[in-house]
Amino acid sequence: MAAEQGRVDPMHQFSIEPLFGTDHWSIAGYNIAFTNSALWMAITVVALLVFVWGGMKRELVPGRWQMAVESMTGFVDNLLAANVGPAGKKYVPYIFSLFMFILFANVLGLLPLGLLGVHPFTFTSHFSVTGVLAILSFSIVLIVGFWRHGLHFFSLFVPHGTPIWLLWLIPFIELISFLVRPFSLALRLFVAMMAGHVLLEVLSSFVISSANSGPLWGSVVGIPSFILMVAICALEVLVAGIQAYVFALLTSLYLNDAENLH
Amino acid sequence: MPQIAQLSETYASQIFWALIFFGIVFFVIGRGMVPKVMATVEARDSQIAGDLAAAEAARKAADAEEEAWRVQANAQRAEAQAVIAKAKADAAKATEARLASANVAIEARTAEADSRIAAARTTALGEIEAVAADAASQIVSRLAGVTVDAGAAGAAVKEALNG
Repeated sequence: MAAEQGRVDPMHQFSIEPLFGTDHWSIAGYNIAFTNSALWMAITVVALLVFVWGGMKRELVPGRWQMAVESMTGFVDNLLAANVGPAGKKYVPYIFSLFMFILFANVLGLLPLGLLGVHPFTFTSHFSVTGVLAILSFSIVLIVGFWRHGLHFFSLFVPHGTPIWLLWLIPFIELISFLVRPFSLALRLFVAMMAGHVLLEVLSSFVISSANSGPLWGSVVGIPSFILMVAICALEVLVAGIQAYVFALLTSLYLNDAENLH
Repeated sequence: MPQIAQLSETYASQIFWALIFFGIVFFVIGRGMVPKVMATVEARDSQIAGDLAAAEAARKAADAEEEAWRVQANAQRAEAQAVIAKAKADAAKATEARLASANVAIEARTAEADSRIAAARTTALGEIEAVAADAASQIVSRLAGVTVDAGAAGAAVKEALNG
């Protein structure tokens, strides 16, 4: 874990390890070991299943749990209605899955399970996972765009009101901004989650190291670091929600481009 | 950074499991469960809207009924007023007719009384003339010892009485 006694490696939390001796699993030469990352994906799926299943009582007067689930679906529904319009209704299952999968993954990765000796793993801090989600969203945008508008979809690169003398430049810039979308989607989530976790780990290493080096440094460095950690934990809970929201919001904005073109 | 350092060994597993688990989320939860949850919400919304519409309709019906009742009450009041006015007019007319007939009777009786008075007066006047002529002839016979015949006395009395 740590190269030196008393020092914490803030990057160790992101390392992937095959579990249950599955490191030799492979399909067509590609290794598909069931790793701690996959385990936490499975835990996320189970938690999400339990959460949504609790809202399936379908009562006319909802209980608290059903209310919570319905407020989440209503939130996604409103998001799509506001950004895509009536045509956005059919994307509710996808955006809901995306939003809740990322939200649950972020929040589960923040749980203080280290106290119980379990190492929580945030798979959204890996761009190999966020990249899959981003490419999925981007592919759906491309497919819907070309399906609905055919080659006319390329007029997305010429916004309304483009002056004639800028026609040689604007489509080029728009094309780059369009192609950057999957990367920005994937990297934003990955960087936000990783930065928060690294920051918490670095601050905790400050607390541990300063406390080990004596009461003076422990109180001068350790206590402020600890207070800052508490504050940043709150911030990270906020970031977990915001990043899931941003991912869903941007995907719905891109879907709006594909559905309504301008 | 393990994300990059382990990329070549783990990317296949990461992508594979991410697709598997996100697929489960999408197909089981997104496609399977979310529409049911939303259908519940929709059913509730439509029921609330229906109930509100029914309440609104009931309120409108009550308003209309009240209006109809008011109209009917007004009509009945007007009818009653008409009946009262008619009764008043009838009563006035009857009174007038009875007054007129009473007047006629009174007038007839007055006229009859007047004629009786006039007759009585003429007879009385006649008697006065006769008495006066008799008295005048007796006065003349006593004072002058002249006997005046009744005819001359009568003419003289008549002349004196009538001027």
